[in-house]
Amino acid sequence: MSEISAEQVAHLAMLARIELSPEEIASLTVELGSIVDNVAKVSAVATPDLPATSHPIPLVNVFRPDVVGETLTQEQALSGAPEAHDGRFRVSAILGEEQ
Amino acid sequence: MTSTDLIRLTAAELADSLAAGDVSSVDATRAHLDRIDGVDGDIHAFLHVARDAALARAGEIDRIRASEDGSSLGPLAGVPLAIKDVLCTLDMPSTAGSRILEGWIPPYDATVVRKIRDAHLVPLGKTNMDEFAMGSSTEHSAYGPTRNPWDLDRIPGGSGGGSAAAVSAFEAPLALGSDTGGSIRQPAAVTGSVGMKPTYGGVSRYGAIALASSLDQVGPVSRTVLDSALLHDVIGGHDPRDSTSIPDTWPSMADAARAGQREGALKGMRVGVVKQLTGDGFQSGVTQRFTEALAVLESAGAEVVEISAPNFEYAIAAYYLILPAEASSNLAKFDSVRFGLRVNPPGGGTVEQVMSATRDAGFGPEVKRRIILGTYALSAGYYDAYYGSAQKVRTLIQRDFDNAFGRVDVLATPSAPTTAFRLGEKLDDPLAMYLNDLTTIPANLAGVPGIGLPIGLAPEDGLPVGIQFMAPARSDARLYTVGAALEQLLEESWGGSLLSRAPELATATVGGR
Repeated sequence: MSEISAEQVAHLAMLARIELSPEEIASLTVELGSIVDNVAKVSAVATPDLPATSHPIPLVNVFRPDVVGETLTQEQALSGAPEAHDGRFRVSAILGEEQ
Repeated sequence: MTSTDLIRLTAAELADSLAAGDVSSVDATRAHLDRIDGVDGDIHAFLHVARDAALARAGEIDRIRASEDGSSLGPLAGVPLAIKDVLCTLDMPSTAGSRILEGWIPPYDATVVRKIRDAHLVPLGKTNMDEFAMGSSTEHSAYGPTRNPWDLDRIPGGSGGGSAAAVSAFEAPLALGSDTGGSIRQPAAVTGSVGMKPTYGGVSRYGAIALASSLDQVGPVSRTVLDSALLHDVIGGHDPRDSTSIPDTWPSMADAARAGQREGALKGMRVGVVKQLTGDGFQSGVTQRFTEALAVLESAGAEVVEISAPNFEYAIAAYYLILPAEASSNLAKFDSVRFGLRVNPPGGGTVEQVMSATRDAGFGPEVKRRIILGTYALSAGYYDAYYGSAQKVRTLIQRDFDNAFGRVDVLATPSAPTTAFRLGEKLDDPLAMYLNDLTTIPANLAGVPGIGLPIGLAPEDGLPVGIQFMAPARSDARLYTVGAALEQLLEESWGGSLLSRAPELATATVGGR
């Protein structure tokens, strides 16, 4: 059995920036444990000398000419933003009170 | 021609009628829009229907055809199609089935969308899908499930259940799909339709909302092999906007499909049956129809041999590490700043708190599960054991394919281990849901193409069964030849298409729902 704890799930949720409820953390802890138990078998055949494959059909040196191509206008880029101001994305406070 | 006739035509037949001037694109488009009005209340294949835009575009195409430019129109000009909601469209919302992108209208078209517009196809609307393509049943859509036209209490497969249901319910002759672990081929299997996952890099991913970038591939969905080939010819080819796009030139897939319809197409074709993807764990009717289909191939001159691919056993495990790892990274872009939902926690908060509240409200349970799993697989201390090992398994699976294709031309497996299951049946058991893509995942891990097509109904439940063929990377054309050949032999023995045996759907009168 893998040893995934509720504290670990809460920490992962913080890293992933998802505010989970205590109920979600509880159910994810159980589900993740069983999923990890089932996928852990990859390490049984992954011997040290075996090369890793990150990409199914590797291409190398994919470049384009260094010229300005078709780009979005500022208006288009901001068109889906929840909040924009003065031609920029508007975000909430970056620093909390304690910072 | 009546509108009932129009919706039953294959895309190739409809294209011929349009080219001959027997029917207008406006009439064909209206017939499909009326069908959507009639049946989609039950099926829910569509998240958005672009009625006015579709009719206007069809009218434009009819005018071009009537003008002196008419001869420049491509083979599918005027044919309507549905677009999976994972693809960005300038004039329609693109949500990928997620609440976090509700109502989002992208500032650009996906390359495949631009290509179908340039080829004068008529977009009917956007089809339903599991949220960010995570699922095998469409039940993980934030907008409610799609239902299987063969039995409304059953799932249409996933993640592309909307596209598969749209073509099998005769709401569209063609659709675009995407396939990360089987999202085109498994829905095709359970709805009695056809779908192709091209070679990785064969079709541009630019503008496809990414799930797992090393696995995702866009492809065609249809009712016949030739129709998928025709659409593949439109969407395929190099795209400088996708750095993983293969720069090769490709043969005509439609010609390859037509070659399959000729006498003797299967003579001498070596077909390998993957030992590890048959037998235990497969529904009896699936195994029965699969075995019968192999016999049909043999009687047409193909040589069927058993192939061992010992590392396929580890494919699902590797996939459920690689996919969540890539997805957790890809989905980091949904940050409540640049597009989509923003949820402010009570009393406000910092951008991090807003982001966390937004992602909690905007993502469904399966997306959260996979992001957390991916974050775990990539975290320090676990990276080598999980993600690193999964990438090594990927090498082993590629080697199994290389060995197999040294001996045979194509590999054959059932497209899915079972027929369509009931809505809700596997929703609370993620592991059981993951097993639905047992036969389709290896092709994504190795980047090879795979096609799925119907081979009959399972005797025990009367639901469609599909076969999958896989070929070496870049040999997509071979799959259209084999697929079209088998399809023709089966339809001759059935006396028509499998979908012509699907139950009639109750139709609501327009505006009466």
